[in-house]
Formats: sequence, structure tokens, C-alpha cells
Amino acid sequence: MHEVLGVLPYAVAAWILLVGCYGIATSRSFIHVVVCLSLVQSSTYLMLLMVGWSHHATAPVFADVKPGVPVVDPVVQALTLTDIVVGGAVTALLLALTIQLAKRQGSIDPDRIRSLEEELEE
Amino acid sequence: MTRARASRLLLAVGGSGAAILMLLALGGLPRLGDVPHPYAERAVPAALSRHTANVISSVNFDQRAFDTMGEEFVLFAAAVAAVLLLRRFHDEEEDAHDLQYGPRDVWSAANLAGFALLAPTMMVGLYVVAHGAVSPGGGFQGGAVLATGLHLAYLAGDYVVLQRLRPVAVFDAAEAVGAAGFVLLGISALFVGDPFLTNWLPTGTLGALASAGMVELFNVAVGMEVASALVLLLAKFLEQALVVRGGGDA
Repeated sequence: MHEVLGVLPYAVAAWILLVGCYGIATSRSFIHVVVCLSLVQSSTYLMLLMVGWSHHATAPVFADVKPGVPVVDPVVQALTLTDIVVGGAVTALLLALTIQLAKRQGSIDPDRIRSLEEELEE
Repeated sequence: MTRARASRLLLAVGGSGAAILMLLALGGLPRLGDVPHPYAERAVPAALSRHTANVISSVNFDQRAFDTMGEEFVLFAAAVAAVLLLRRFHDEEEDAHDLQYGPRDVWSAANLAGFALLAPTMMVGLYVVAHGAVSPGGGFQGGAVLATGLHLAYLAGDYVVLQRLRPVAVFDAAEAVGAAGFVLLGISALFVGDPFLTNWLPTGTLGALASAGMVELFNVAVGMEVASALVLLLAKFLEQALVVRGGGDA
């Protein structure tokens, strides 16, 4: 049982990553691409938090518990926070680019956008 | 074979290859809970020695404050770039005739709830920022609560109410002050003879509001930066959706 449950979170993280990649590759809209990219990134949150987890440990905040109580790894939690902030920043920037694309080309379908050279030839 | 079919085939081959490699790698990973934590064994005593109850805040704003400075500037740069991309172009114009935008037809219950929750939500945001060193939360989390809480005014009222509540110029300046504040707080350590970003203030008692020294001040600077950056971003996206008309091919 431990053999299966012990690796299940990693398998879930890998599954979320692959599903997100599938979504990006088959997408018909850049907004959908941005959402899928967020999904890919959320697999790293799961991975990081699961690496930091340990048995019979609580959150690494000594507000209610006395120092000395076992806590989960705070370093990966701090990294997850960084991950979320950077993910939010990237999402905002990509959505701004998508708005520009919609204005310039009238389409946000990845298969229908033209390159800069094609646009200059017109 | 069409281009779309070829790309699907490539995706199937690459995706299944990656899936098989990941599946094989699972066997070699340490089982959940059996991972050794050499960093945690050092980070927790280091946080306690500086009387920081929230070890995550201690890691972010004390032990690796330099990384957090970089992270803060990633957010700053992304916000500036998005604002630049979402500016009005010369062939677009502002629709100024009818400024009654927004969900004006909301239920009165939603309207009441929005306005009733506005002040408490802002208080929660300020609380989370202020207690960043003591309880779960901090500048990043509290800043996000503050910025989104402000937009209850838009959900419950309309765009004009929101515009009065958040003068964009003020948040523009606040974002810069928050980002610069972090660096200046880091530089302050140089004046007492410590390296950049050292936690040089007295750290008080564990669990007290005024504990953890510089961690608290870094939290406030980050909270200001995050809240202003999110308000600015949402302001620009709302402007694109509601105010800017015409221009381009669209």
C-alpha cells in the first residue's frame, strides 16, 4: 500500500503536467493556452509541497504550536509561494499579449496568426 | 498528411515518450514522507533564533531575502510590461459618453453583500500583511487580498464607483514606492555595518506583533507592491474591456 500511495502525488503531478501540455499543443485559442500553462505550473506546486511533506508534522508556523513540534519543510513552501507569484505575473503578461494579438490580427487562434514577415508582405 | 495531423502525431509520440519516462522515474523517487529535509533542519532553528514564528516568512524575507527581491522585481517588470502593452493606441479612442459601465443590474442582495464585505475584506488584507511574521500569510498573500477586495466595489456597484475608489496614479506611485522600499530597507543594513538585506533590527519576542525585526517591514513593502501591481493590472484590463473602443483590425 505504501508503495503505491507513496508515489501517487508525484504521479498526479506528472499527469497534470502532461494534460496541460496536451491542452497547449491542441489549443484553438490563446486564452486557453494561458489557462493550460497555469495548469502546467500548478503541477509544480503539488510536486514541491509533496516533497516537503512528512508524517505527523504540522504547518511551519509557531503561532499555536510550541517550538520543537515537528513541522513540514518550510523551504519548499516558500518556493511554492515564489512559484505562484511568478505564475501570476506571467499569466497577466500573456493575457496582455493576447489582447494585443486580438487587436492586430483579429484572431487569437494559434493556427491562424500570421508572422511579422507575412504581415509586411501584405 | 496535413500539417495539423502531423503535429498531432508528433504530440502523441513526444507525449507518450515523456509519460513513459516519468512513469519509470516514479520507482526511483523517495516515498512520500520519507524524504530527508536537510534545509528544513537548518531553516527552522534559524527562524526561531530570530524570533520569527512564521518560518516561511523567515525563509522568504530573512534567510533568502535576496531571492525575494528578485521575485518582487519579476512582478514589477511584468506589471510594467502589461501596462505598456495595454496602453491606448493612437487609432483608438476612449468612450467617454456613457460611463455607467459595470454590472449595474446585479441583484440588490449581491449589491448589499459587496458593499458590506468591502471594508471587512480590506481589514483582513491589512491584517494578513501586518501579521506576516507571526501567523500564516504575509505581504504577497495580504497584497492579493487587498487588491481583489477593492474590486468588490466594481462587482457590487459600477465602474465609476471603482474609479473613484482607486485613483490609478496613486497606485502607480505606490507600486514604485513598494519596490524601491524593499531595496532601501535592504540598504539600511549597510549603515549599521551589516551586509545588504541583513535582518539587523531587534527581533523582539516570538509570536509578538512587533517581532522578527526587518521581516515585518519587508512584508509591508511587498504587500504595497503586490496590491498596487494587481490593482494596476486589473485597471488596465478593465479599461480595455470597458472604455477603449475601435482601432486596429478588430
